[in-house]
Amino acid sequence: MKPDDLSRRDFLAGPGLLLLLPSAPVEAFQGYPDDFNAYLHIGADGRVACLVGKVELGQGSMTALAQLLADELDVALDSVDMVMGDTGRCPWDMGTFGSLSIRQFGPVLRAAAAEARAVLLQMASERLKTPVEKLHVETGVVTGQGSARVSYAELVQGKRIERRLGRQPVKSPAAFRVAGQSPRRKDAIDKVTGRARYAGDFRLPGLLHARVLRPPAHGAALTSADTSAAERAGAQVVRDGELLAVLHAHRDLADRALALVRARYEPPRPSVDDRTVFDHLLKAAPPGQVVGESGSLAEGERLAAGLIEETYFNSYVAHAALETHSATAVVENGKATVWASTQTPFSLRQQIAQALQFPPENVRVITPYVGGGFGGKSASRQALEAARLARVTGRPVQVVWDRAEEFFYDTFRPAAVVRIRSGLTGAGRIALWDYHVFCAGDREAKQFYDIPHQRTVSSGGWGGGNPAGLHPFAVGPWRAPSVNTNTFARESHIDILAAKAGADPLEFRLRHLSDKRMRRVLEAAARQFGWKPRKRPGGGAGVACAIYLGTYVATMAEVAVDSRTGKARVERVVCAQDQGVVVSPDGSRQQIEGSITMGLGYALSEEVHFRNGEVLERNFDSYEIPRFSWLPRIEAVLIDNPETPASGCGEPPIVTMGAVIANAICDATRARIRRLPMTPERVRQALAVA
Amino acid sequence: MQRTISFTLNGKPAQVTTDDERMLLWVLREDLGLTGTKFGCGEGHCGACAVLVDREAVRSCALPLKDAAGKQVITIEGLGSGGRLHPIQEAFLKHHAFQCGFCTPGMILNACALLLKTPLPSRDQIVRHMDDHLCRCGPHTRIIAAIEEAAAVMKGGAR
Ligand code: FES
Ligand code: FES
Repeated sequence: MKPDDLSRRDFLAGPGLLLLLPSAPVEAFQGYPDDFNAYLHIGADGRVACLVGKVELGQGSMTALAQLLADELDVALDSVDMVMGDTGRCPWDMGTFGSLSIRQFGPVLRAAAAEARAVLLQMASERLKTPVEKLHVETGVVTGQGSARVSYAELVQGKRIERRLGRQPVKSPAAFRVAGQSPRRKDAIDKVTGRARYAGDFRLPGLLHARVLRPPAHGAALTSADTSAAERAGAQVVRDGELLAVLHAHRDLADRALALVRARYEPPRPSVDDRTVFDHLLKAAPPGQVVGESGSLAEGERLAAGLIEETYFNSYVAHAALETHSATAVVENGKATVWASTQTPFSLRQQIAQALQFPPENVRVITPYVGGGFGGKSASRQALEAARLARVTGRPVQVVWDRAEEFFYDTFRPAAVVRIRSGLTGAGRIALWDYHVFCAGDREAKQFYDIPHQRTVSSGGWGGGNPAGLHPFAVGPWRAPSVNTNTFARESHIDILAAKAGADPLEFRLRHLSDKRMRRVLEAAARQFGWKPRKRPGGGAGVACAIYLGTYVATMAEVAVDSRTGKARVERVVCAQDQGVVVSPDGSRQQIEGSITMGLGYALSEEVHFRNGEVLERNFDSYEIPRFSWLPRIEAVLIDNPETPASGCGEPPIVTMGAVIANAICDATRARIRRLPMTPERVRQALAVA
Repeated sequence: MQRTISFTLNGKPAQVTTDDERMLLWVLREDLGLTGTKFGCGEGHCGACAVLVDREAVRSCALPLKDAAGKQVITIEGLGSGGRLHPIQEAFLKHHAFQCGFCTPGMILNACALLLKTPLPSRDQIVRHMDDHLCRCGPHTRIIAAIEEAAAVMKGGAR
């Protein structure tokens, strides 16, 4: 048995029912390994511990997963204790991203709960001398014939039962009682009382706060550093390879000491800035891959009455979670324990093990509450820094990045370019669609409208595999990666084609859609919005729709533009979403509202400025994220679709925000904006040529 | 300057002997162990570090400890009384006016300051008062609804 199994066993040592993963992989558990890890533990006190490698970033999965479990097991939601993102206790998980928690992990958890229920019913049947089919379970109490009853807690009393996961059938959504409701979030009390602990909130005896010396620009090389003043100020200075840090028992005094370090750098070679980057990306992007194709482009060109070609641009944007990357590390006796704000605790464990040259089982990553992730905490450099410094100093070390470090090391959403070549038939149907996306990635780049002759090509993405130097800093997944850019380009262009065809934008979309789910969300949004069909612009209303990993979304918006300042104000947003089974209606609404709000930022203001490796954004004064006064009226429509398994809800509505606002601005002013964000300056420029 | 600074913290007398130029945020988090007050930007832009000082919302990342001397400081840990939540906390709970929760202590204290001054604010007044508090997760409309509800529940009787 491996040492980390020991810690898990210690935790779950008491009597009870322990549910283990299958010994042979089952296809539904794809990716989840077959080691000895428990998903569930039912204690003799009747409490159910649910151990999952997912983390709570604010998206509410702590509550939604507990709801699924409570239903499948027939226990009260309040009796479920969630243990999340602790590599020492929870089964392996690939990470919390891509709206996977419910869509992909939900079925695994439900299967575990169904198995546990079957075992308990078998035991109850023996105890109550009643066949299983005659038993009834409610809130953890099994009732037999007459008044005979026994609770789960009594059944597991004094026993230790371990079971491997088999293949028990799960309940149909129609039988859900807890899922489908909107209970109080499990993290609610912690969060309104300030008791919620984040990775920077751990206070351990002897703790040192570390500030790491950072270069002024990516690519700048340190030539000398004089740390004597920092040392005189009472800070400990540590060099570990390329890492130079000052440490102090107080965070603010570590800040002061860092400011006393005199460092010199070799400036980096001149490179791109935020104006020249698009030409650079077009030249340097890797060769295109065809990701979708049907018909023949030549035939499409022949059918088209004329070619309509456009190029769309999207900027680098930051994740800017309110909690900066934080970690607290303890290294002793050849073992490391690290509390980290991370979306990927298990791969972080691997990285820390490698950095410290420890066997992975001697590293434990614990993920407390995370103060927002959005993809940005898939990378966890700060935790490696804390672990290395804890080893060198022999003391607990905390690393909490300041806002400038957060911008500097963020894995930005990549800037991107999309070129579309298209054509309409004389009858106003799209005959040709030739789409090439550079650097955003191919997720949902493929066309979903019915177009006979089409091709989708993608060059480069956010996830690695790009040529070195393509981007001047790190890029990575940003809430609904690839799809914000792909939807902005596709849905802006569809509006351009609708205008060319002299058609109403909604009617034009429906004309090209046979997909029933897409038609349904568009129609639902139109009903709620009160969409008025029109032949020519005016009024400031826009529409955009998208598919995101199985979830369908249609958004309509009303926008007012101040033509003098160029400021666009979004007055109202209606969003209809079909995410299959809805596990937590209020939780889904929270995510839709959050996506729409966050989407206002990349649509209207957010853009990372940079020059020669220097990131010019350092704090929220220059990088503007949405505020209370920007908020439109938001109306979310959840489509009831219990026949389709649950898909994600935390990302889809954000993808339509760029296009829906661009389309509404164009409807209000006739100015078509092809570059995000649509800052007042860009709106004024577009107005000048409209 | 190394000095002993006395103030009232969450209703009880507090004393800290330290460099009095240090910002209150770090004294609260480090010296006094009150980690409910959050660091979000360190330069007064976000409001995650807001606390009440003599009934006003103040950004503790920009308030030198010496300026808290003799004052009444209330942090999120000191809100509510007798084991009961403050009506604003109750309203945040009910409306799920948070997601990741990192901005929440600052939001709640800033809302408190508003209701202390303007017990029945209009929606416009709420938006204006909250506008320099940043939240990345997007529960803004719920926060506004929660403040409206708290104001109604407190019937203008803010403490
Ligand atoms: S941390 Fe004080 S205002 Fe942001
Ligand atoms: S709830 Fe996450 S920052 Fe406000």
